[in-house]
Amino acid sequence: MFYREVGQFKTNYRADQSIFPIRQDRIAIGALLIAAFIVAPLIMNDFWLNSIMIPFLIFALAAIGLNILTGYCGQISLGTGGFMGVGAYACYKLTTIFPDTNIILLILISGIFSAGIGVIFGIPSLRIKGFYLAVATLASQFFLEWAFGRIAWLYNYNDSGAIEVPTRKILEFAVTGPTASPVVRYLVVLSIVVFLTWIASNLVRGRIGRMWMAVRDHDIAAELMGVHLLRTKLMAFAVSSYYCGVAGALMVFLWLGAAEVESFDINQSFLILFMVVIGGLGSLVGAFIGAAFIWILPIFLRAAPGVFGFEIGAATVEHLNFIVVGALIIIFLIAEPNGLARLWQTAKQKLRVWPFPY
Amino acid sequence: MRAIIGPNGAGKTSMLNVINGFYHPQTGKITYKGKSRSAMSPNEAANSGIARTFQNVALFHGMSTLDNIMVGRNLKMRRGFFWQALYHGPARTEELENREFIEHIITFLEIEAIRRTPVSRLPYGLQKRVELGRALAMQPDLLLLDEPMAGMNLEEKGDMSRYILDVNEHFGTTIALIEHDMGVVMDLSDRVVVLDYGHKIADGTPGEVQKNQAVIDAYLGVAH
Repeated sequence: MFYREVGQFKTNYRADQSIFPIRQDRIAIGALLIAAFIVAPLIMNDFWLNSIMIPFLIFALAAIGLNILTGYCGQISLGTGGFMGVGAYACYKLTTIFPDTNIILLILISGIFSAGIGVIFGIPSLRIKGFYLAVATLASQFFLEWAFGRIAWLYNYNDSGAIEVPTRKILEFAVTGPTASPVVRYLVVLSIVVFLTWIASNLVRGRIGRMWMAVRDHDIAAELMGVHLLRTKLMAFAVSSYYCGVAGALMVFLWLGAAEVESFDINQSFLILFMVVIGGLGSLVGAFIGAAFIWILPIFLRAAPGVFGFEIGAATVEHLNFIVVGALIIIFLIAEPNGLARLWQTAKQKLRVWPFPY
Repeated sequence: MRAIIGPNGAGKTSMLNVINGFYHPQTGKITYKGKSRSAMSPNEAANSGIARTFQNVALFHGMSTLDNIMVGRNLKMRRGFFWQALYHGPARTEELENREFIEHIITFLEIEAIRRTPVSRLPYGLQKRVELGRALAMQPDLLLLDEPMAGMNLEEKGDMSRYILDVNEHFGTTIALIEHDMGVVMDLSDRVVVLDYGHKIADGTPGEVQKNQAVIDAYLGVAH
């Protein structure tokens, strides 16, 4: 049918190794980027941008971060919320210390602090595997939550214990703070997420990504190929925490506008982990699909009864929402334990060979 | 090419593990490339050109054939994190050079058609072949093969024997082979070592070993 690579010949390895070897994929991704960068800001109102698109992109970024660690390198982590918090608090302190520096630069730098913390809490991964490592990363979650609440220096000794985002401008456009318009914030978030996704896709298809996957699939064989286990795992922890840290900084600075300790609690870690598991471990597309499933679907479900003219109380809608989303999670995981990304891949494969089943 | 044989539990795989650095011997030394040491580490072994295949297939199951073999090139690739992240310039050149190299291995092993297939979907015989390819990608000086023909049918055995002989002749790789199929062992190897209960009981050409009374006793069992 329309999705098939017949007649598209590769005459060199460079073309064969590109991210999207099939022309239809390249067209689709181009269209998607145009839609995201140009069409979406034009047609979407503030509610759509503020409550759906911005958080979706931020969660997708955090899910990519966790996916690098859990999906690609096979190290389960429950410390995502804490690492996001490190990014947010680091960015807050950086804007306090360097008020005139470009805020986007500061957001990208704040991830480095998160990466450092991630490496420290990643050291046990040499000895501990699987669920036991998950429990060990819980320690980082609790420790970081404690630090955000108790170290007053982190929130500039203010009385509320929360961090308030100051207004920062780039070229007369307010990017952060109460006066920043949703369109500007959306475009900034989108640019950062697209850029970091591109970096992540480069990492996972190159030597480093292969090292991570080798450690995940068979650490003994990987060691024999000359992969240094500790170094590789720590690199995964660093990159993963960097992504989570940037996502955390974006969450506070470009979405919520203020945050306190509760924004980075264990529920946040679980939320991101669910996105990764449902979207698909070891897949960047899966991170986006998972974030959409967990974040956007409930919003639609909440709006659905009103659209169809049913008068249902808000509390009932919320209950129904839990039931439907929970059931869907179970159904999808039974249908495809490898996540929605695998379903997507299977669908594409079926299209390629259509109308035959093989 | 040297075969290591012996009854079950004789310590053949343990010996490979010692050479590889997974086990550290309590006594004795490993002499490799003129250098003696009491123990290897796995990374050191890989760096000095020792590659290995496993008795139970130890491929990276979530990856394609191509990626599996590319992992074998890991030590030959030097570009750091920065270039990897951009996937541009030197990193891409390096990636493409190594891709070209492993394509030779893929052609050699006749696995062109399954390049992009995830290895978990391959039949057992092909998995063994991919594993050999992954070891070859390291351009090893010493190749340790732990039962490369276990569980194969006659045709697959024939193919595998041919590949092993070709590797030995074309690339000049030293091969240490553990195998239970005596026909294969006697045909392929230049020398045969026999282990029993962790001790070397014979060492010689296939013909000599076949006639050795201690070997016959070890295999058939004798009344003590």
